[in-house]
Amino acid sequence: MTHSHLTGLLDTDAIRKDFPVLSRQLHDGKPLVYLDNAATSQKPRQVLDALNAYYEQHNANVHRGVHVLAEEATALYEGARDKVAAFVNAPSRNEVIFTKNASESLNLVANMLGWAEEPYKVDADSEIVITEMEHHSNIVPWQLLAQRTGAKLKWFSLTDEGRLDLSNIDELITEKTKIVSVTLVSNLLGTVNPVEEIVRKAQSVGALVCIDASQAAPHAVLDVQALEADFVAFTGHKMLAPTGIGVLWGRQELLEDLPPFLGGGEMIETVTMGSSTYAPAPHKFEAGTPPIAQAVGLGAAIDYLSAIGMDKVAAHEHAITAYAIERLAEVPDLRIIGPRTAVDRGAAISFTLGDIHPHDVGQVLDEQGIAVRVGHHCARPVCLRYGIPATTRASFYLYSTPGEVDALIDGLHHVRNFFG
Amino acid sequence: MKLDSMYQEIILDHYRNPHGKGLRDGDAEVHHVNPTCGDEITLRVRLDGAVVADVSYDSQGCSISQASASVLNDLVVGKSVGEAQQIQEAFLELMQSKGQSEGDEDLLEDAVAFAGVSKYPARVKCALLSWMAWKDATAKALGGQPAITETTD
Repeated sequence: MTHSHLTGLLDTDAIRKDFPVLSRQLHDGKPLVYLDNAATSQKPRQVLDALNAYYEQHNANVHRGVHVLAEEATALYEGARDKVAAFVNAPSRNEVIFTKNASESLNLVANMLGWAEEPYKVDADSEIVITEMEHHSNIVPWQLLAQRTGAKLKWFSLTDEGRLDLSNIDELITEKTKIVSVTLVSNLLGTVNPVEEIVRKAQSVGALVCIDASQAAPHAVLDVQALEADFVAFTGHKMLAPTGIGVLWGRQELLEDLPPFLGGGEMIETVTMGSSTYAPAPHKFEAGTPPIAQAVGLGAAIDYLSAIGMDKVAAHEHAITAYAIERLAEVPDLRIIGPRTAVDRGAAISFTLGDIHPHDVGQVLDEQGIAVRVGHHCARPVCLRYGIPATTRASFYLYSTPGEVDALIDGLHHVRNFFG
Repeated sequence: MKLDSMYQEIILDHYRNPHGKGLRDGDAEVHHVNPTCGDEITLRVRLDGAVVADVSYDSQGCSISQASASVLNDLVVGKSVGEAQQIQEAFLELMQSKGQSEGDEDLLEDAVAFAGVSKYPARVKCALLSWMAWKDATAKALGGQPAITETTD
């Protein structure tokens, strides 16, 4: 296959040298073709080195000591917060809360609102609006909040093309709406959502907006000010950082007004046996010893991505995704679940292959060294919507190559022959 | 090579031509799902005294789970409940053997073909889905409990 017609590709030969695991060979010498990036990304040596350097040179607890290591660890941890703030164009570093992952970030928002006073309080008269394409992490926290408060949970539905159906936005988002929580990019369909329209509508009725940017932050420029949302959640491990570190960005005045969720060390101002007062945000929402090394790793990941440029990462993935969609069309009986063009689309492509179950597709691909995700991708309502039990998903990142797309296509032909 | 140890020809045959598939009358019905992959089975057991008179099922899932349900039907229908439970326990033990057991062919017949699957932790649940549903449905049929329940593991 010739790839000379593809434009906007990064120098993947150079980039791949930074990722030790990408040179692995599996099953008697087959090169790893890692196409499960929507589940988690691989880590460059620069991130691994930052983790090692932290533990080998600086390890201490943060915000607590006067000794050298404690000062250094605190500076590194807070330095990572500065890097995140710059990465998402946050107006203030105090708006960046470290969590353990995007699920915790979204649960934190739900619990802030669950315990809030008016005007934020979610109660039996309130409505919460989400969409049918959310990851379970942006469904279940809202179901829990609705069950506990008596609030009503409402859903945007999906079009046959895998896009949000906004035709009934005026019935869904009303004066009763307290919060609208929506994903920026679907982890299953790959759809990039027009959140501006949702934000405008929510603002017009005084509702808050929470954006799940888990599948967006790793892949394109993320600007929380341009989004005009109230909260933005994402996770580190999908963007070259270690597991165990996530981010919740929230507007400063909201973080000042809303109550803490987890209580403990570091989130307090003073504690007496009668009551406590709380530290200002972000520390109010970071009870206990935080994931320090993981935050430092996230800072190193952001340095790595920023040196390449998120616009260039996005252009690379767009080219790879367009090429993959074009080549997947060659495979008989293959049905893409989600947009069938690369327009307003992320780099995750879900599909079914005739009546061959995704588990079997994934197993036979694995035997050829190709790692894909199979199943409902923690987005079961999407599978129900399209009448399928599960999909196979290939997802790309900045180190993905057109040659890996070719390997996937060859692999899928092999799958069809195997079960044919 | 490894792949052939999982996808034995006998498993692919059962997958392509499943035995006993479809729902028929039963004394108890259960619905089990495998939450990791979305595989589902609705399974009914009909007992005739102490004999397994029929195991009928409607299912969707991968080749391993479909073939396993077919083999289950072959092995337990016509047997006494006691014998069938012994086979179920032997199959469970085989699937938990992490590739260390070949299975007792006299007892398990075609089901020994699943020995290779036991090396793949992610697929063991696929192979066990129908068997755990059968165990559950049989307990309900024996206990005379309400016939329709939803369970997940």
